[in-house]
Amino acid sequence: MQWETVIGLEVHVQLSTNTKIFSGSSTAFGAEPNTQANAVDLGLPGVLPVFNEGALKKAVAFGLAIDADIGKRSFFERKNYFYPDLPKGYQTTQLEAPIVGPGHVDILLDDGETKRVRIHHAHLEEDAGKSLHEDFHGMSGIDLNRAGTPLIEIVTEPDMRSSAEAVAFAKKLHTIVTAIGICDGDMSQGSMRFDVNVSIRPKGSDTLGTRTETKNLNSFRFMEEAIKLEVERQIDVLEDGGEIIQETRLYNGDTKTARSMRSKEEANDYRYFPCPDLLPVVIDDDYINSIRSTLPELPDAKIERFIDSYGLTQYDASVLSATAAMADYFEQTTKICGDAKLAANWCMGELSKFLNQQEIDIADCPISPNDLGQLLARIKDDTISGKIAKTVFQAMTNGEGSADEIIDAKGLKQVTDTGAIEAMVDEVIAANQGQFEELKSGKDKLIGFFVGQVMKASKGQANPGQVNKILKQKMQD
Amino acid sequence: MSLDRSQVETVAKLARLKVEDQELDNYVNSLNSILDLADQLQAVDTEGVEPLANPLDATARLRPDTVTETNQREKLQKNAPQAEAGLFLVPKVID
Amino acid sequence: MLDNFIAPYESTATQRLKDAGFVTLGKTNLDEFAMGSSTETSYYGATRNPWNTDAVPGGSSGGSAVAVAAGMAPAALGTDTGGSIRQPAAFCGITGLKPTYGRVSRWGMVAFGSSLDQGGPMTQTAEDAAMIMNTIAGFDPRDSTSMDQPTVDYTATLDQPLNGLKIGLPKEYFGEALDDGIRQAIMEAVKQFESLGATVKEISLPRTELSIPAYYIIAPAEASTNLSRFDGVKFGYRCDNPTDLMDMYTRTRSEGFGAEVKRRIMVGTYALSAGYYDAYYRKAQQLRRLIKQDFQAALADVDVIMGPATPSTAWNIGEKTQDPVAMYMEDIYTLSVNLAGLPGMSIPCGFKDGMPVGLQVIGNYFDEARLLNIGHQFQRATDWHSRKPNV
Repeated sequence: MQWETVIGLEVHVQLSTNTKIFSGSSTAFGAEPNTQANAVDLGLPGVLPVFNEGALKKAVAFGLAIDADIGKRSFFERKNYFYPDLPKGYQTTQLEAPIVGPGHVDILLDDGETKRVRIHHAHLEEDAGKSLHEDFHGMSGIDLNRAGTPLIEIVTEPDMRSSAEAVAFAKKLHTIVTAIGICDGDMSQGSMRFDVNVSIRPKGSDTLGTRTETKNLNSFRFMEEAIKLEVERQIDVLEDGGEIIQETRLYNGDTKTARSMRSKEEANDYRYFPCPDLLPVVIDDDYINSIRSTLPELPDAKIERFIDSYGLTQYDASVLSATAAMADYFEQTTKICGDAKLAANWCMGELSKFLNQQEIDIADCPISPNDLGQLLARIKDDTISGKIAKTVFQAMTNGEGSADEIIDAKGLKQVTDTGAIEAMVDEVIAANQGQFEELKSGKDKLIGFFVGQVMKASKGQANPGQVNKILKQKMQD
Repeated sequence: MSLDRSQVETVAKLARLKVEDQELDNYVNSLNSILDLADQLQAVDTEGVEPLANPLDATARLRPDTVTETNQREKLQKNAPQAEAGLFLVPKVID
Repeated sequence: MLDNFIAPYESTATQRLKDAGFVTLGKTNLDEFAMGSSTETSYYGATRNPWNTDAVPGGSSGGSAVAVAAGMAPAALGTDTGGSIRQPAAFCGITGLKPTYGRVSRWGMVAFGSSLDQGGPMTQTAEDAAMIMNTIAGFDPRDSTSMDQPTVDYTATLDQPLNGLKIGLPKEYFGEALDDGIRQAIMEAVKQFESLGATVKEISLPRTELSIPAYYIIAPAEASTNLSRFDGVKFGYRCDNPTDLMDMYTRTRSEGFGAEVKRRIMVGTYALSAGYYDAYYRKAQQLRRLIKQDFQAALADVDVIMGPATPSTAWNIGEKTQDPVAMYMEDIYTLSVNLAGLPGMSIPCGFKDGMPVGLQVIGNYFDEARLLNIGHQFQRATDWHSRKPNV
């Protein structure tokens, strides 16, 4: 049977506020355990929450960025359950009236098509603390520094049909939340976490199969692996005549295995009700517009602009605008070298390769857009070839100086002196008389061999176009 | 509506309370008498009435996003039943 | 549950008193987690009424009421979720004021029913209550439900005459449930107000009786989740040698909470659970709006509402502990005031068989100054407030 995969995501995005959603404690990552958990975060008796305006602004900004309805009257509810990392015995969240209503995110698929993923809603809530499982005399340690960190939980419709689509969506969401500055996007610190709801159904069916939820995936790769694994598992179960059980699952990225989460299986009854300690959040159009006016250029608008004003392909424009930092880098480089296509190729090619290899962020790149732009300008004005440019780039990453300094110091300037090139061509012909005769008698593919030999003789510095031209003249002689 | 023994046990489990067998009937009786009282509400027509969550129908006031708290761990953990290395200790958490 | 707990912070109300130079003499007994009408459910044992030590002092703020009635302290604080300031004040013959919801910060008060709780003064006189209010009332940025409204000098209007004051007597407060001795004392007090220049008319608060079921859904529902933080992890009691997490939770909470608290947690948990939320909690909150509307309609017509604070005087210790519903019925005149969020005051207005009777005065939102003015004028004309028990 042909199966179709149906995927919906719930994405937890930590908002990059200074303080927690309901207290004045810092949200900075990496502090000593429980040093950023005050009486409110610990849920001591008699303490009360007060809502952080920074969290509201960022949630509204997100809603505007995905073209969603903004809840003008939203309120917080308590979701009641007991867990050691949940200090009050309830999570303050939103269910009935979330801050962000239906919206959408467009993603670019591999086949070049654009697909719209509908957002059901996004709500504000508080993050939980962490249970540390290192052995403390057979006990677990609870760190509540993260408790109360503001989150938006973004809930999609089940609109994705493959792990690739889910990853494309997740990456696009990452682009949006970092572009508008509501999240630092640092997945390794848990700033974005994904719960994937997966079901399968016979191709052509329009009823949804039973879904499972794999929780807390914190990288695009784990998400992709977990979905693939779960789809395979579900197909196996159904093809063996079994039934899918609705359950919560946990994926282990190290062992590449998943299992059912026993502890979450007992019937939960969260007893949602409006939190009496917090009052409804009421905002008006003026407030919404004031936030709209602070939004930077949104990723989709940027992609459009890159296509229109730089003549980039949709693919290149999407890749380059994936992060605001890369988009800015590209634009500045283009300004210096005057060739957007060349800048695009280098940003996506050599530069990205270097950043990946070194595992550094573009913000920490030792080569500035100005440096790269000047290197590319030397390709443009035929001072060096693209191939030599890679050598220069390498030297630049080693801190050997600017492009021009390196070209000078290493004598890498392209040989454009016709006489010099002609001499080298003659030498090569003389050394390969037989092949040259074959070339002249019509064995065209030998031209590559001769160009190669001349380039080798020039240590790559001859201008390949000129070499070609001179060779062709010699053939006619 | 009235509760039977197994419902009372379910509610107790949700509330993380243990009801001993000998207390169970007592709980069933007293909860049912309270719920009988509550059932008087069912006779009232509340069609279209907006629930009143805050007596003054007030709306939220916001707090500036500025850090106001300092590390109080030592003081706060004096009240902890069991703490070590700055962590609150609990019986092993199994996901 | 909190036997060994030392709060690492001060409540706003007590901090303001300290800042104003008040000295704390001690902490007083109350029903466990303020859940009770008799101060019998305390972990530390029952408190006795100074007018008759076989009788309860009322509750939940029974210890505060006794401290003031017996002359141990000139003033005390109480919290009032369904009558816990006014009813013990009535039972012990003192003045107790529950302010408008949001007038006194709830920061630092252990939450019972968050949308109902309000702290207030318990004193020998309305004048003393006005002085305490001047200190504790006011906006607190740490309490989202605290109202950002200017406060007034509650002592400034104490001496205003009551000429032209329009008093409403809700007929539902004078029904069969009301003890005849109390009825008599209340009507005497009303006559006193007429002689001070007030006019009196009968009004109706038709949903008074329904305030009992509404309250006994809303308060336990909110309490059930407010008390979830008592889980043995961060503070307070933890059971010995828990075998696993579930065992820690259930034994900590079962051993740490008393019977009445557990009963209310169970009721509240049930009222919020799937399938019952609409029938119980939501319905009760709808009824709450209707109750508020009844008061608003009445207060459009009269300045204040008067009636008994309680249907009977203090009962004997142990008399009602086996029947929670019978105990709940005793709160009939005080609950609706919390549901509506209005200010209410109880002042002594006589005795029945040697036990004090409390007159309840209910005002409009933020009209505490008028209540205290009324109390002060009454206390200038009568001496019920200055009678002392033999202790």
